[in-house]
Amino acid sequence: MIGLVVAGGASVAVSSVANAEPAAAPHSQQLTVEDGEQLFRANCASCHGLEAEGTENGPSLIGVGAASVDFQVMTGRMPMAFQGPQAEQRAPQFTQEQSDAMGEYIAALAPGPAVPDAEWLDASAVDAEGVARGAELFRINCAMCHNVAGAGGALTEGKWAPHLRDIAPQHVYEAMLTGPQNMPVFNDANISPEQKREIIAYLDYLDENPSVGGFDLGSLGPVSEGLFIWIIGLGGLVGVAVWLTSRPN
Amino acid sequence: MANDNERNSMSAEDQSAPSEQGVVAYDRGAAIEQSDTFQNPGLPPHRPRQTDLYPEKERRAERQVVGWFLASMLGSVLAIVAYIALPIEPGNMTSVRLNNLFLGLAIALALLGVGIGGMHWARQLMSSHEVVEERHLSRGSEKSRARAVEIFQLGDEESGFSRRTLIRNTLIGAVAILPLPAIVLFRDLAPAQDAVEAISRTMWTEGERLALDPTGTPIRADDVTVGSAFHVIPESLKDLGHDEGYLDQKALASVLLVRLPLDRLKEAPGREGWSYDGIVAYSKICTHVGCPVALYEQQTHHLLCPCHQSTFDVTEHAKVIFGPAKRPLPQLPITVDAEGYLVAQSDFTEPIGPSYWERLQHVQPEHVQAAAETETRA
Amino acid sequence: MTTTAARPARRTLTGAASNYLDERTSISTFVATLGRKVFPDHWSFMLGEVILYSFVAILLSGTFLTFFFEPSMTEVHYDGSYVPLKGIAMSAAYASALDISFDIRGGLLMRQIHHWAALLFVAAIGLHMLRVFFTGAFRKPREINWVIGFVLFILAMAEGFTGYSLPDDLLSGNGLAIINGMVKGIPIVGTWISYLFFGGLFPGHEIVPRLFVLHIMLLPAIVIAMIGVHLVLMVINKHTQFAGPGKTNDNVVGAPIMPLFAAKAGSFFFIVFGVLVLISSLFTINPIWNYGPYDPSPVSAGTQPDWYIGFADGALRLAPGLESEILGWTVSWNILIPMVVLGLFIVLVMFYPFIEQWITGDKREHHIAERPRNNPTRTGIGAAGIVFYAVMWAAASSDLIATHFRLNVFQVTWFLQASLILGPIIAYVLTKRIALGLQKKDREILLHGYESGRIVRRPGGEFIEVHEPLDEYESWKLKAYDSYEPVMVRPNAKGRITPATHLRAALTRWFFEDRISPVTPRELEAAQRHDHH
Repeated sequence: MIGLVVAGGASVAVSSVANAEPAAAPHSQQLTVEDGEQLFRANCASCHGLEAEGTENGPSLIGVGAASVDFQVMTGRMPMAFQGPQAEQRAPQFTQEQSDAMGEYIAALAPGPAVPDAEWLDASAVDAEGVARGAELFRINCAMCHNVAGAGGALTEGKWAPHLRDIAPQHVYEAMLTGPQNMPVFNDANISPEQKREIIAYLDYLDENPSVGGFDLGSLGPVSEGLFIWIIGLGGLVGVAVWLTSRPN
Repeated sequence: MANDNERNSMSAEDQSAPSEQGVVAYDRGAAIEQSDTFQNPGLPPHRPRQTDLYPEKERRAERQVVGWFLASMLGSVLAIVAYIALPIEPGNMTSVRLNNLFLGLAIALALLGVGIGGMHWARQLMSSHEVVEERHLSRGSEKSRARAVEIFQLGDEESGFSRRTLIRNTLIGAVAILPLPAIVLFRDLAPAQDAVEAISRTMWTEGERLALDPTGTPIRADDVTVGSAFHVIPESLKDLGHDEGYLDQKALASVLLVRLPLDRLKEAPGREGWSYDGIVAYSKICTHVGCPVALYEQQTHHLLCPCHQSTFDVTEHAKVIFGPAKRPLPQLPITVDAEGYLVAQSDFTEPIGPSYWERLQHVQPEHVQAAAETETRA
Repeated sequence: MTTTAARPARRTLTGAASNYLDERTSISTFVATLGRKVFPDHWSFMLGEVILYSFVAILLSGTFLTFFFEPSMTEVHYDGSYVPLKGIAMSAAYASALDISFDIRGGLLMRQIHHWAALLFVAAIGLHMLRVFFTGAFRKPREINWVIGFVLFILAMAEGFTGYSLPDDLLSGNGLAIINGMVKGIPIVGTWISYLFFGGLFPGHEIVPRLFVLHIMLLPAIVIAMIGVHLVLMVINKHTQFAGPGKTNDNVVGAPIMPLFAAKAGSFFFIVFGVLVLISSLFTINPIWNYGPYDPSPVSAGTQPDWYIGFADGALRLAPGLESEILGWTVSWNILIPMVVLGLFIVLVMFYPFIEQWITGDKREHHIAERPRNNPTRTGIGAAGIVFYAVMWAAASSDLIATHFRLNVFQVTWFLQASLILGPIIAYVLTKRIALGLQKKDREILLHGYESGRIVRRPGGEFIEVHEPLDEYESWKLKAYDSYEPVMVRPNAKGRITPATHLRAALTRWFFEDRISPVTPRELEAAQRHDHH
C-alpha cells in the first residue's frame, strides 16, 4: 500500500497526487514516524523541501507542529490541487493515520503546536454564558473575515476566508492555533483554550440551530436579500399583474 | 368633472393632434406636423369570454371564487390555531421557527384567498366591456381662470399688497428671517464641548497598558508571536460603563496589534522606537469613512477594510495600497513596562479615523515633519 | 330642499345608510364624479399599486413593531431567549428588537414583513419610475408628478436607512459609522453636523431615539402627504394609456372604478400583502441576532447596506483615494467626488422632464404612453442611466462578486471603475441602435406584413414565406406615434441668435437626427400595390 503511494509519488509532482486515488483503504495498522517521513518525501517534499526546509514553491514546515499538518492534510488543502491564490478545501487525500504519521514526522523536526486534546473540542462542556462569550470573541476576532454567521468573505488579491459551517471542531481549533495561510495565529495568550472551546461551541450552536426566520439565503446579508426581492418578490408580483390585466379567453 | 361616455362613441381622431378644444393651441415644438395620417380604427368589437357564453363555465368560475374566499376563512382560523398551538418556548429556537412559519403561512393563505378570489371574480364574472372617458386639457376652464385672476386682483386691491410696498417688503423680510432661531436651537443637540476638540483625542496616554478586547486582559510582549493579530483596547477602558462613553471611547481607541518578522519591519523616519521588537500597533479605524480595518493577512501583512476594500500595508507603515482611503492608519507608539506588558508611549500623534475639515489642527508638528520625510524618501 | 329627491327608491339598509351619509357629507357628488372614472388596463400600470400596497403593509407591521420596540441606547444586559447573546451588554433598542424576534409570537413575522415590504417598496418605486421614464409618461402635464414621485423615492430611501439603523446591531452601527465618516468629509460644516447629529462623539447615546422620531413620525408624515398629492394629481391628469385601437390622446379606455377597477385593485392589495407574508414566513431577512450589539471594534465580512443604498456605498468603493490639504484645511475628495456625482445624477433625473421639454419645445399635453422604441435617444439615455446605477450597485457587492466567482476583489473594482464610465456609453449606443432597429422592423411589418411561418412553393419552383398583413386593429399601435425632427437655428424675435438657440438646435440634432418616420397611408398603399405584383 505504502509502496504504491511512494512509487506513485516518485515523480514528485503535486498534480499526480491530486489525480491519484486517495490512498484511503481504512486499516488499523499503526503507522510510524518513518512512514510519515516517507509519505512526506513522496507527496510534500517537491514544494516544502526534502527536509521540510521550504523551497520557493512552499514554506518551511519546521516548527509548524502536528496541528498544522492535521489541519492542512485532513481538510484536503494539502497537497494543493493547483497553484492559486490560496489552497482550497476539498476531500482529504490521505487517511487520518497517514496524516498523523506525517504530523509526527514534522513534530519530530522541531517542536510546534500539537493536535488539540479532545477536552478542548467538546462543545457540550460549554454552558449558555460560554456560548455567548464565544459569540462575542467570534465577532471580535473572526467575523471580519469569516462573516458574523460564518458565511466567509473576501480578502485581498483573490484570496478569501472560507465559510465555517459544519467544520470539524478539531480543524477550527487547529486553524486558530496555527494560522493557516493568511489567517493570523491566535495563540493561547490571545485566545485561551477555554475561549477557543467557547468559539467552537458558538459555531456548533449556529450549525445546530438553523435561522428561525426561514431559509437564510446563504447568510450573505443585504445583497442576497436585495436580489431576492427584485427577482422573486417584484418579479412574482409583475407576473401577477400581467395575469390580472390580461383578458381571459 | 369627467363627463362619462359609456357608449363607444369616440372620435376617430389622430392621437398625435393636440387637444384643441377651446382656444388653446399649444406649441408643438420639434414635432413633425403630418398631413397624411392614418385614421384610428376605433375600439375593436367586444369579444365575449367563455364565462359569458357558457352558463356552466360561469357557474364553475363562481364556485372557484367562493372556494378561494372559503380558503381565506380557513387561513384566518388556522392563523389563530397556529398562534395558540405553536407557542414560543423560551430558549427553543425550533419553536420560534415553527411559530413564524405556520403563523405566516396561515395569514398568507387568508390574504391570498381574498386576493385571488377577488381577482378571479373581476376577471371572469364582472362586465368586461371597455368604457371610454373623454379627456380635457388639464388647465381650468377659461371662465374659472378668468375668475381666479379676478380674485387675486381683488385680493391685492383690498389688501393693498402691491400698493403698500413697505408693508409687503418688511413682511417678506420678517418671514425670511424667522427660521434663523431654529438653527440656534439645534446647537444643544450635542454637548457644549468643541466638536473638533472632542474627536481629536483618544484614551491612550503614556503608560496605558494595551489590553485584549473585550476582556481587558493586559498583553505581554512575549505573548505576541509572529503572525498573531491582537484586537486591543486601552486597559482602563474596561472600567468605563456604557453610560460613561464606553463605546465612544472604544470607537476612538481601538487598535490592532501585530508582530512583524524583524526583517519586514520598516520604521518610518521620525518613528524609530515606536515599535517594540517588531510589534507594531495601528489604529483600527479606517481613514476613509471609519469602518474597523480588522482583516489582517499574516503572510502579506496587508490590512483590509471589509466595507470599501481599502488595503493598508503594515510593513510600509500602514500606507494605502488599494482603495478609496488616502492616509495611512495612524500608528500608536508603544513600548513595554517594567513587568513586560505592552504600554502606549503617548496618544496618537494625529486624529484617528476619517478625515475632516479641521483635522490638521490636531496633527502634532513632529508627525507632520515625519510624514514629510517619508514622502521625500518615497 | 332636496330630501325627497335624494331618498333612494327602495328602502334598503345600504340605501338608508348612504342617504344618512350623503345628507351630512354630500358624498354622492364625489361618487358621481369619480365612481365611473376609467383606468386603462396594462400590467405596467399596476407597479404604482405595488408601491402603495407595500407601503400599507409597512405602516401596519411598523405600527405593531412600535408597540414593542424601545428606542433607547441605555445599557441593558440581555436576558431573552437567544442563547449566544445571554448576559451580553447591549442597548435597550437592540434587546427589544431581539425580544420582538424571539419572545413575542408573530413578532419575528412582523419584523420580517416590515423589512421585506420596505425592500419591495423601494424596488417597486424603481421599476415604476423606469416605466414612467421609458414611456415618456412624465411629459406635460405630468412633470410635477414626476418630481413629486422622485422626491418620494428619495424619502423612501431615507425611511429605509433610518429604519435599518434602529436595531442598533453591528450591521446598522457600521452603517452609521460610514455615515459619520461621510458627513465628516463635508467641507467646513461636516465635523459639526456629525457632532450635532450623534449628540457628541460617535456613536453616543442619542442617535437611535433621534432616528426613531424621524423614521416613525416626520418622514412617514411627509411620505403620506406626498403620496396623497401624487394620487390626486394622477386623478386630475387621468392615467396615460398605450396607443391602441380606439385609444386617443383625448380619451381614456379601460375599466371603470366601480366595480371592475376597484375589484382588481382591491384584490391586488390582498395579493401583494399575501405575497409579502408568504415571503416573510419562509425567508429570513436581516437576522440581527447574528450580528450582535453594536461595538466599534468588530465588523462582519460582507457588511453592506440594504439594496437601495447600495449605489451610494458602491460609489464610495469606486472613488479614487484622493485628499488635499489646502491652507491647513482637509478636503476629502474620496468622499466629495462620489457625493457630488450622485447629487448631479439625482438632479439630472429629477429635472429630466423639463430638460427634454426644453429640447423638443413641445408644449402639448401627452396622454399616450410612448413605446420606448419610438423615442430611441431617450430610451438610450435611460439605458445609460440604468447601467450607471447598476455599476455602482454592483460595486457595493464587489467583495461578494469576488468570492462567489473566485475573482480578485481589486480587479473587480478596477473593472467596475472602467465600467462606470464606459458602460453607460456602450449601453446608450447599443440601446439606441436596437430601438431604431425595432422601429424599422415595425415599418417592415406594416408595409409588407409579418412573417407567417407558412412556406409556399411558387409555380416557378422557388420557395417563399408568406407575409400576412396585420389587421387594422393590430396595426394601429405601429402607426400611431409622434415623430420629431431637429430644429433649425433661427433668429429670435429681436433678430438675434443666442447661444441657447445653438445649444437647443444641437440637442435636437442629437435627439432626432437618427429617426424612423411613421408609415404614411400613401407609403402603405404603394407597398401593397408593389406586393401584389
